[in-house]
Amino acid sequence: MAELSIVEAEIPSSQAKGPMYQPDVLDTRHGVILYMEDITVSFDGFRALNNLSLAIDVGELRCIIGPNGAGKTTLQDVITGKTRPDSGSVFFGQTINCSKLSEPQIAQAGIGRKFQKPTVFEQHTVYENLELAIKADKGIWNSLFGSLTGYQKDRINEILETINLTSSFKSRAGLLSHGQKQWLEIGMLLAQEPSLLLLDEPVAGMTDYETERTAELLNSLAGKHSLMVVEHDMDFVNSIARKVTVLHQGSVLAEGTMDEVQNNEQVIEVYLGR
Amino acid sequence: MNFKSISGLYDSRSWTYLGIAVAFLCLIFPAMNLLTPVDSLFHISDYTVALSGKILCYAIVALAIDLVWGYTGILSLGHGLFFAIGGYAFGMYLMRQIGLDGSYHSNLPDFMVFLDWKAYPWYWKFTDHLWYALFLVVAVPGVLAFIFGFFAFRSRIKGVYFSIITQAMTYAFMLLFFRNETGFGGNNGFTDFKRLMGYSITTPHMRLFLFVLTCVTLISLLIVSRAIVNSKFGRVLTAIRDAESRVMFSGYNPLHYKLAIWTFSAMVCGIAGALYVPQVGIINPSEMSPSNSIEIAIWAAVGGRGTLIGPLLGAGIVNGLKSYFTEAFPEYWLYFLGLLFILSTLYLPKGVVGLINQLKEKKLIKMDPANKLEEVK
Amino acid sequence: MIKTQLAMMKILYPVAVFLLLVHATQSWALTPEQKLNLATGDNDSRITALGKVSESGDVSAIAYLQSLDDDAIKFKGNQLFLVGDSVTDAITGKSVTLPDDAEDVVNNNQMRSELDATIAALKLFSKDPKVRLESAKALIGTDPSEGRLTLIKRVEKTETDEAVKATLAQVSASIEINSPNKDTRMAAVAKLKEGANPNNKEILASRLEGDGEKDPEVRLAIQAALNSIESQMAVYDKIGQAFTGLSLGSILLLAALGLAVTYGLMGVINMAHGEMMMIGAYATYLAQTFFQRFLPGYFDWYLLLAVPFAFVVTAAIGIVIERLVLRHLYGRPLETLLATWGVSLILMQLVRTVFGAQNVEVENPVWMSGGVQLAANLILPNNRICIIAFAIAVLIMMWLLITKTRLGLFIRAVTQNRGMASCTGVNTSKVDAMAFGLGSGIAGLAGVALSQIGNVGPALGQSYIVDSFMVVVLGGVGQLAGAVYAALGLGIVSKFLEGIAGAVLAKIFVLVIIIVFIQKRPQGLFAFKGRSLD
Repeated sequence: MAELSIVEAEIPSSQAKGPMYQPDVLDTRHGVILYMEDITVSFDGFRALNNLSLAIDVGELRCIIGPNGAGKTTLQDVITGKTRPDSGSVFFGQTINCSKLSEPQIAQAGIGRKFQKPTVFEQHTVYENLELAIKADKGIWNSLFGSLTGYQKDRINEILETINLTSSFKSRAGLLSHGQKQWLEIGMLLAQEPSLLLLDEPVAGMTDYETERTAELLNSLAGKHSLMVVEHDMDFVNSIARKVTVLHQGSVLAEGTMDEVQNNEQVIEVYLGR
Repeated sequence: MNFKSISGLYDSRSWTYLGIAVAFLCLIFPAMNLLTPVDSLFHISDYTVALSGKILCYAIVALAIDLVWGYTGILSLGHGLFFAIGGYAFGMYLMRQIGLDGSYHSNLPDFMVFLDWKAYPWYWKFTDHLWYALFLVVAVPGVLAFIFGFFAFRSRIKGVYFSIITQAMTYAFMLLFFRNETGFGGNNGFTDFKRLMGYSITTPHMRLFLFVLTCVTLISLLIVSRAIVNSKFGRVLTAIRDAESRVMFSGYNPLHYKLAIWTFSAMVCGIAGALYVPQVGIINPSEMSPSNSIEIAIWAAVGGRGTLIGPLLGAGIVNGLKSYFTEAFPEYWLYFLGLLFILSTLYLPKGVVGLINQLKEKKLIKMDPANKLEEVK
Repeated sequence: MIKTQLAMMKILYPVAVFLLLVHATQSWALTPEQKLNLATGDNDSRITALGKVSESGDVSAIAYLQSLDDDAIKFKGNQLFLVGDSVTDAITGKSVTLPDDAEDVVNNNQMRSELDATIAALKLFSKDPKVRLESAKALIGTDPSEGRLTLIKRVEKTETDEAVKATLAQVSASIEINSPNKDTRMAAVAKLKEGANPNNKEILASRLEGDGEKDPEVRLAIQAALNSIESQMAVYDKIGQAFTGLSLGSILLLAALGLAVTYGLMGVINMAHGEMMMIGAYATYLAQTFFQRFLPGYFDWYLLLAVPFAFVVTAAIGIVIERLVLRHLYGRPLETLLATWGVSLILMQLVRTVFGAQNVEVENPVWMSGGVQLAANLILPNNRICIIAFAIAVLIMMWLLITKTRLGLFIRAVTQNRGMASCTGVNTSKVDAMAFGLGSGIAGLAGVALSQIGNVGPALGQSYIVDSFMVVVLGGVGQLAGAVYAALGLGIVSKFLEGIAGAVLAKIFVLVIIIVFIQKRPQGLFAFKGRSLD
């Protein structure tokens, strides 16, 4: 319950500013931060998600694995509002209905997302990237006339430390290495202070050292935040996972600890045992 | 950077240059026109004043299109429409100023007499008041851009799709304004203006007044634009250009940002149009033709989009060449313009300013890379 | 009076038919007295004489009547002269010299229309059903005259050709509507109701006016007939509009097909597409000029040369543009837009320099002029039919090319995954060039079609470019089916709107409709819904 209190403590500050959109209060009294029920998404007859149901607990670090085309990315698209499900519902906490919100509204409600391909603002400096991401009023007026508060500046410096980019805060993001971009994007996510982080293959293209550091980072985030990580790298999954969900053909095939999943015969058949 | 701290927008050297430019255009240029004898080496002819005034109006338009194209990545092929609408709005006032001096000596403009209209249509109401005409100059392009942009951006029309739709928009308006029944003079548009605020519009003094007014407007808009692009708002715009989905997932609504800059840009165009019409003495629907709008884009491209000074240079270079060519080799102007389109997209992706910066960078090669980047900006 | 004549007719007509059969080939000349009566005297007596000729059904009178109509007859006293290349005596046929004081036969308008009608009526005896149909049609709308009515009725009874018979029934009904006999009038109204054309409408409507029809029952019938005709005509009007829309649609389709390749498949916005069409039209002009000069006898077939010539020329120019300009701009659609706009300016100016700024003349081949008449107010012009057929042919060819050939396979492969296609050994840069050439070549074909229905000038392409982009936007990127539906839909909708609101407002409405439509389906009609990055 300690973890829960942290999450709740964050809510008021996210409410304090922002005339643009006031999301409903994130209500996690039941200990669950994300509910997905009977989600179906089809593209021209192809069912990317098929009656998928999934729940993520507060403070949990959940790994999603599955073969190509299992619907992992589509799942994240649905949560973040990029793809609208044909049927089913997505609830963030007890009250926030994601299927009724736009992408920016969902982001402001507290869901952050990292793409498979690192997506940062290449023409901006590292510092500016974080400045744009930092939790603040994201309306036009504030963008034109507002300036960073001391707290926000501290926060940015803190994140720069965390993602190990302090020395290159003035460089253009486009000049960073692939791994550094991945980290910058994670840093931007952290700056948003989301309650739930969705990460799509966060260690793709990273060196072993970077991967290790990322695992550490994610482990330290779990508890304070809830995380959903889509990953292919099994070693990495092993190093962070507490609970794993296996997707196959748009549905949940199995769910449990890494050991349970690895010993599940169906899973072995479609995925691990190939 | 904060919007409020205007002095921080440029470094001291740039402020000096800007000051010199203003002083030259607003003081020395008029003086060279008025005070020097016609045969003097330093004399600037009335023709040159008129031409320069026209080009300054174009520079304002180039600045406007740069805000949406260079900074936000939205290529508009319809900015000529906003320019023309601003021109028409102010033209309505100028038409009312003709009073009874038209060919038919009627209270109505000649073209309305010709159509046998007995009274001004409703949308001409109050246009005899300068303040109301000035309000229309920014309000009509603004409202039109807002409505159009709202629908286009809301449905996430982007890239070439958006460009094509804007082209269709200006095309549709051109057809509309070609009709006599629309009430804006049909083919001929508005012309034969006599007065502005009661003063004759053809005197050299009036011409210089308009010229200086255009200068001041341009410089003010340049500073405002600089403040915009240097604010966080401006960085969000550039972010939208480079990775719109990341902007959305960071919690910004791109619709609001695009709509704001798009509408602002249209209003700036309206102002440019209003300054243009009294200086060239005519506005007609051909200003709305799709080809005019595409030409606007090439000014920004030649000068260097994504910089503010570039499009101003571009407008000057292209239009300066145009007036030279159309006089010296009218046959070859279109060949040259066509080549300019091709060559500038192929070899000058960052325009003249980009080229200059590249040369500068070569000189400063030993400097710290971070500083170099600042220099580029 | 009419009634007695009709009664007389009933007795006379077998005799007349007999005489006709016997004498059709013989020169059954008018008597000198008849000829004199026709040429001289006051108007009324001449018209009475004409009526008698009509009644007699004397086919040989046509030549003389025609001479009268052509003002080739002069007279002096009782002498009549036929003035042609030489002068002959109109009665004896001998060569004579024309007296100086011979007078012209003066025909006023009434006389002239009577002459025309009589000639037409007599031509009804021709052996050629085409001539008979022509003359029957010529009689529609002529002033009713009793003499002709008897003749028409007579011919109608014996006529075997259905079309001629139906037309004659219309003609006689249009005369009989003024009959004093109520039953005859009712029958005439019923007949007129069958022919849904403006002429019958006019006849019926004028009967209702003023002192025309007094019998309430007949008035009711006429009113009902008028309503029926109007609604039928409205239907034909709609069909006509739909057809015009269809032909406009096929032009848009031809214009948009090329764009669908260059934009849809290659992601290149080709602003010079309209100029490719213009060059296609000029290629047609060159082919036409070539045939005029060297093969005038085969002029009607110049399009057989023009089609491949236009395709090759424009495809070649397209390939050159791709090699020189576009190759460097892939993945930068906004830049291609500007660069190709520059190309279009150059091409336009080039054509102006070579051919002049004026429009050039492109003639339709004979087989393309004229049209198919489906109803009085519904004519389908042959050139438009040809264009629809041409568009279908091009569409099929292109579909085959894309789906069945190796080049098509390559184009599809490069479209879907450039890198992968390149890895499997596809020469992507060559495929790009070919695809752009194909798109441009199809634009050239569209230009051939355009040259057949409109002016050919340097600005030809400009007027179609916005419309054809709208088709691509509406149809969805890279979708041939989408382009087809969008083109036809746009064509038909804009023609219907034109009927209601006029051309300019229709165009504006269409653009508004498209913008609103895109709100609902931003990816076009037939876009593939899939997961996309970004």
